[in-house]
Amino acid sequence: MLLRHTTKEVKEREGLTINPAKTCQPIGAMYAALGIHGCLPHSHGSQGCCSYHRSTLTRHYKEPVMSATSSFTEGASVFGGQANLLQAIETIFAVYDPEIIAVHSTCLSETIGDDLQQITKKASDDGKIPQGKRVIYASTPSFVGSHITGYANMVTGMAEQFAVSTGEKKNQVNVIAGWMEPSDMREIKRYAKDLGANIVLFPDTSDVLDAPQTGKHEFYPKGGTTAEELKSTGDSKFSLALGCISAEPAAIALDKKCKVPFETLDMPIGLSATDRFIMSLSKAAGVKVPAEITSERGRLVDVIADMEQYFHGKKVALFGDPDQLIPLVEFLLDLNMKPVHIVSGTPGQRFEKRMKEVLERAPYANFKNGLSADMFLLHQWIKNEPVDLLIGNTYGKYIARDEDIPFIRFGFPILDRIGHSYFPSVGYSGGLRLVEKILGALLDRQDRDAPEEKFELVM
Amino acid sequence: MEANIHFPDPALIKEELINKYPAKVAKKRSKSIVINDPETIPEVQANVRTVPGIITQRGCSYAGCKGVVLGPTRDIVNITHGPIGCSFYSWLTRRNQTRPESPEHENFITYCFSTDMQEENVVFGGEKKLKVAIQEAYDLFHPKAIAIFSTCPVGLIGDDVHAAAKEMKEKLGDCNVFGFSCEGYRGVSQSAGHHIANNGVFKHMVGRNSKPAEGKFKINLLGEYNIGGDAFEIERIFEKCGLNLVASFSGNSTVGQIENAHMADLNVILCHRSINYMGDMMETKYGIPWMKVNFVGAESSAKSLRKIAEYFDDAELRARIEEVIAEEMPKVQAVIDEIRPRTEGKTAMLFVGGSRAHHYQDLFNELGMTTIAAGYEFAHRDDYEGRQVLPSIKIDADSKNIEELKVTADPELYSPRKSEAELEALKEKGLEINGYEGMMKQMQRKSLVIDDVSHYESEKLIELYKPDIFCAGIKEKYVVQKMGVPLKQLHSYDYGGPYTGFEGAVNFYKDIDRMVNNPVWKLIKAPWEKAETESLEASYVTQ
Repeated sequence: MLLRHTTKEVKEREGLTINPAKTCQPIGAMYAALGIHGCLPHSHGSQGCCSYHRSTLTRHYKEPVMSATSSFTEGASVFGGQANLLQAIETIFAVYDPEIIAVHSTCLSETIGDDLQQITKKASDDGKIPQGKRVIYASTPSFVGSHITGYANMVTGMAEQFAVSTGEKKNQVNVIAGWMEPSDMREIKRYAKDLGANIVLFPDTSDVLDAPQTGKHEFYPKGGTTAEELKSTGDSKFSLALGCISAEPAAIALDKKCKVPFETLDMPIGLSATDRFIMSLSKAAGVKVPAEITSERGRLVDVIADMEQYFHGKKVALFGDPDQLIPLVEFLLDLNMKPVHIVSGTPGQRFEKRMKEVLERAPYANFKNGLSADMFLLHQWIKNEPVDLLIGNTYGKYIARDEDIPFIRFGFPILDRIGHSYFPSVGYSGGLRLVEKILGALLDRQDRDAPEEKFELVM
Repeated sequence: MEANIHFPDPALIKEELINKYPAKVAKKRSKSIVINDPETIPEVQANVRTVPGIITQRGCSYAGCKGVVLGPTRDIVNITHGPIGCSFYSWLTRRNQTRPESPEHENFITYCFSTDMQEENVVFGGEKKLKVAIQEAYDLFHPKAIAIFSTCPVGLIGDDVHAAAKEMKEKLGDCNVFGFSCEGYRGVSQSAGHHIANNGVFKHMVGRNSKPAEGKFKINLLGEYNIGGDAFEIERIFEKCGLNLVASFSGNSTVGQIENAHMADLNVILCHRSINYMGDMMETKYGIPWMKVNFVGAESSAKSLRKIAEYFDDAELRARIEEVIAEEMPKVQAVIDEIRPRTEGKTAMLFVGGSRAHHYQDLFNELGMTTIAAGYEFAHRDDYEGRQVLPSIKIDADSKNIEELKVTADPELYSPRKSEAELEALKEKGLEINGYEGMMKQMQRKSLVIDDVSHYESEKLIELYKPDIFCAGIKEKYVVQKMGVPLKQLHSYDYGGPYTGFEGAVNFYKDIDRMVNNPVWKLIKAPWEKAETESLEASYVTQ
């Protein structure tokens, strides 16, 4: 057994996290910053942070992930990291010539109290930022929140530091992407196009983290929300935040700064959440839903109806991130499945409240988030109440193998399969992909375990 | 030796690599970029601070300590004391394989343990939470040992992990608890973490169990982390040769082995950079000499086995080792014969690690490939130029912060395995005891040696030299491949391996053949793009 020491008996833990269902803020900030066109993310901390984040994102995307670091040494940790960041800004503009540097902090720079606003201002005052270029920042100490809140903080930084209200409203809607894949962001743009809605999507990692092989490495790939587009978000007539944890804070910031009203939606994963997204986007943009989208929806409902017998009552354990888990659990309930165990390391009452609303239809479910809501606990829950399906990131494969449970990779990070960055999970087509994956996993298992006389040809 | 491949003028290349840098940066980098001459090895600036913002391959001290050295241990509960990230990123990502004796034996490698430090722990201190975590780990798993790894905030807020470890060790009674001050900001790279790990393992583990080790030829394997099963292959060869492995530092190791390591008669060092401290300290305290070996490359493996036979100076062992080599080599040669016509004359670049960029050149040589540029990510000058430069290495402020243990001969356990005269005799026979000649002596004249290569320099090198293969790590993998050049990961082996010993060499040859001759590199251009280029060329010709 790979996880041979995991006990069935659940005991409350106060000090020890085992097999976390989250990671730290800075990686989220780095990922978000890659969704700005011409931007080089910068990690203000020890070299290890930057190296670890780049490695993890690279393993997940199998793509270049460029980012620089302030390379703290002990001296910088004692005397402050200002000199390191100033030198980094100078070096980066000289050597890599980005449009924008997006700096995020780390536990190290936050513990010693480095103030990114003050240091970036000094960089500007000292003439280290070339004309027309920008340095933005976000505070992302690793001892607060999770990778998801780090993402939210950087996206909020984009809104706060780019958006300008010129006083003239534009006929455009901001769509603020919660932490989702480049494939999902591409799909959101496709829906907007099909609807005829004029949107600014930010951040946008499509055409950044799914770049084509051309024989040439484009240091700044063609994708990403441009500085101009980010600036214009202040003049948009409305914002849709896709995710109450990873997107809403940026919408609030835009409302505060530029009086752009907003609505927070669940990420459009599964049927019901996509319905709400399409409704809200068509309303905000003042456009009608075209028949093609209705047909697309119909195809998803059709498959669910046709295959309903295989979903019914199947118990599912899930772990992952708030904005994905909320609509995914709702989708499982729409499929008549039973989400029995749900764990997320990301803390927050907003998340708890929204998940509990969704779980009103599933009073039997175990749900825990935040401190010590880890995969060790999830595994223990599974040992006490076995499940038919496990959904989560790659680390789930160890539980799936030990307990012999069908497993679907979903979330971050996925280190051992491809597809997530190319095929969307959002929208009706994304729903269809999820349904196909779920059915595939369940029916492969049925085929594997069926006695010979009950081995079915047609299913 | 001059390369049979035509190099561009390295002086011009060097100029190209640094001319875009701001003046101060260019000046600094130029000392780390040298044109090799194996006869009069030039000085390389190494183990110095990375220029902030330059985009480095390097990681941190924690990665070197917890990730590299202690990560491969299977029966220690390794708890990361800090915010969640560091433990998460070092969770199973280094591919340290391990094979517990039975399904009942401990294996914690698949687990990730963290104190998940929160803001209030940073403000009010995290020692209390750490002690609770240690107690919870003990109650759940009853491990033989618990190790604590400090992340950046821990040192800054003044948590004393060593005091907490000592207190908990006394309280628990039957569990060895010890801590490492391997905060990410210590030193200038992973290297500091290796040193800190060596110190901790030496202080808290080695020497705890003095039961005589079994066998006639008792060896410790140092600096082998069983990535992709490398240690398994070396274990196979050792067993076949009749060599008795006492302890491995630290691939496929156990606490019991390491505690008993001082009963061996020879330490062989694979990765000089990460573990040479242990070799030196064990020699001083217990009288065990160390010898640099290399099990990367079939010829090198054979050579290393012969060196071991020389050391033990035993006719039977010598004969057995020759038998093993005679048995293994034909299988290796058969594969070389098949593959070499497809790899001969191709070029490689290696920018990785603190030892791999040196040793993998042997495998490329066996394929008839030339290394035109190489460098380490976190090595020191001795790894480039050889240990004879050690006395001339200046200790700077960053190195001074890393503890240098004061080691003396153990009053009871010190017993020199070889007398001074015997050691002299071995040296005369050409056996390098406690020595390492470094990478540059083996590299061709006019090849480039670059320490802590930056992203910019890597791209330029590829553009200017167009190598057939580039060796580095995961962060570089897809960047280089986007340029149409295959990249072999020499940290994770692209999830293949083993690459050590004889079977490993065969694996490597096949992988390199597959990579440099893969049809995909010819499929990059779409047919219509090709047609466009051709018609352009055609119109140019007609003009």
